[in-house]
Amino acid sequence: MSEPTQSSPTRPPTPSALSSRSDRQFEILILALASVIVLVFVLSIYLLGSESWPALQRFGLEFFTQRTWNPVEGVFGAVAMITGTLVTSLVALAISVPLAIASALFVAEYAPKWLANPVGYLIELLAAVPSVVYGLWALFVIAPVLSRWEQGFFQDPARLALYTSCKNLWDSGSTTLQCFFVPSTFDGRGLALAIIILTVMILPYTASVARDVIRLVPQEQREAMYALGATKWEVISRAILPYARAGIMGGVILALGRALGETLAVAMVIGDSQDVLKSLFGGASTMASVIANQFGDAQEALHRSSVVTLGLTLFFLSVIVNYVARLIIARLTPKGIQ
Amino acid sequence: MTTSVRTAAPAGRTLSPARRFQNMLMGGLILLATLLVVAPLILIFFYLIREGLGAINLDFFTKVPAPEGETGGGLANAILGSVQMLAMASVIGVLVGVSGGIFLSEYPRHPLMPTVRMISDVLAGIPAIVMGLVVYSLIVLQFGFSGFAGSMALGFLMMPIVVRTTEEVLKLVPQTVREAGLALGLPKWLVTLRIVLPAAAGGIVTGVMLALARVAGEAAPLLFTAFGNSAINLDPSKPMSALPLEIYRGATSAYDENQRLAKAGALLLITLIFLTSLLARRASRRK
Repeated sequence: MSEPTQSSPTRPPTPSALSSRSDRQFEILILALASVIVLVFVLSIYLLGSESWPALQRFGLEFFTQRTWNPVEGVFGAVAMITGTLVTSLVALAISVPLAIASALFVAEYAPKWLANPVGYLIELLAAVPSVVYGLWALFVIAPVLSRWEQGFFQDPARLALYTSCKNLWDSGSTTLQCFFVPSTFDGRGLALAIIILTVMILPYTASVARDVIRLVPQEQREAMYALGATKWEVISRAILPYARAGIMGGVILALGRALGETLAVAMVIGDSQDVLKSLFGGASTMASVIANQFGDAQEALHRSSVVTLGLTLFFLSVIVNYVARLIIARLTPKGIQ
Repeated sequence: MTTSVRTAAPAGRTLSPARRFQNMLMGGLILLATLLVVAPLILIFFYLIREGLGAINLDFFTKVPAPEGETGGGLANAILGSVQMLAMASVIGVLVGVSGGIFLSEYPRHPLMPTVRMISDVLAGIPAIVMGLVVYSLIVLQFGFSGFAGSMALGFLMMPIVVRTTEEVLKLVPQTVREAGLALGLPKWLVTLRIVLPAAAGGIVTGVMLALARVAGEAAPLLFTAFGNSAINLDPSKPMSALPLEIYRGATSAYDENQRLAKAGALLLITLIFLTSLLARRASRRK
């Protein structure tokens, strides 16, 4: 390496031997700091694992098949939370995906540029609204509306009789499919409200990924379809969506990951009850909501450990879901975007 | 984008009414769905303005919440707590996040690179409440609830977001700029610190702001770490309050006054978050 004669004022005099040593030191420093990420990940598994060990040791795999969650008797089974998490997430996903894709189509295909940008930005802001704010809004605005509907609907004597028979069934510990649609409480909180607010919260994740992949569909794809005499909708449904399908799927799975771990908004509105799918309009719980609602108050070690086991389950669930989403998105991020 | 071809619909033949109807119906449904998607944001914002704006006054910024059942008070404890914890979280988030980004972008052939990238991506999807449990076991079990523990949880949540944006921006710096520096005889570390990093500084700042906006609204990881504090606290080794925590407690409280403060706090929080993301977006647009 030759020493240039002219040197800038900021350039320190570094002989090459020294520079290679400092290069090495810099690399080690950067690697050490970057390893904190790996360390946090490993520590998470270790700490969650060791904290949930007592519960796993006590209940084994029965933890995941036992329906009873009873802190007083010291019996902990996670069926109610697992079904609650899956039902709220999957139903919210099913409602939000068509809406998200439609809004992505609007932004990418229909709206003129002056409208597309602000609408796209508004949709992204939906992702920036904190979970507690969604929870507050759902609790103060939507819950009273739902509550009024529930009460109004069951004022009719025939329906009231249905409610009474369901109530008797519930009290005796059984239920029917029909009773699932009868409110067990009338305050508006419950599974349905959790699904509504989750739907709104995960919309922007699918929408923004869908918008990006729709924009990546080659223009020729559209033009070829138009040249065949297709209408705009035919172009969208037969040329654009099939082409973008896999990428949109990545966004859907990303949204699923969000839904599974969404905590406070759900904890505030789901009406913390550990019944297994008792009523669509009554208390339920998800894994995240139980952690938020019970971990702070849990006195017994076994109760705490059981709550942490829910956290560990949630951890692995989100690792898997996010990994799959990244895989799909990475596979499909084609030439051109990066 | 499609304007050039939009008029290219069938010129010679006429469209059958069924197809024309289907086309218009789907267009209408798409417009309707978009309105439905955007509506909650607007409804939430106006609800908070209507209910919360009245409670934002001098007391709101200077006083602590009144005892339950009494009127008056503010959220000074929460505002100060949030500022302190976000500042401390940024130290972790920026230091580790930017280093991680440098590692992924500047050492692409390092054997650990794929592992770090994958774990960083996966960590970005871990629910915030789970991160709260992790920091609880790591710190709180031994040292008790503290502002430090809360900051750590928030910092851990910031890391992967900053890693990702830093890596992306660093990759946008042209390879020739690096080669120019190396050709001058600068060692790689100086090229990275003095040439590549400054060139990408704007983008990195944007990424950090977005990460801050993300974690500023998180209450879940603070429930079992910072815990909350009804008094103003400047000592990070003691329990500390935060805006989202106060909003959570207020919204689930039975008292009107606490609910009113929660709505005002939510309005403040959401406004700050929107402004931050707007600024960050503006900055990245100009790039």
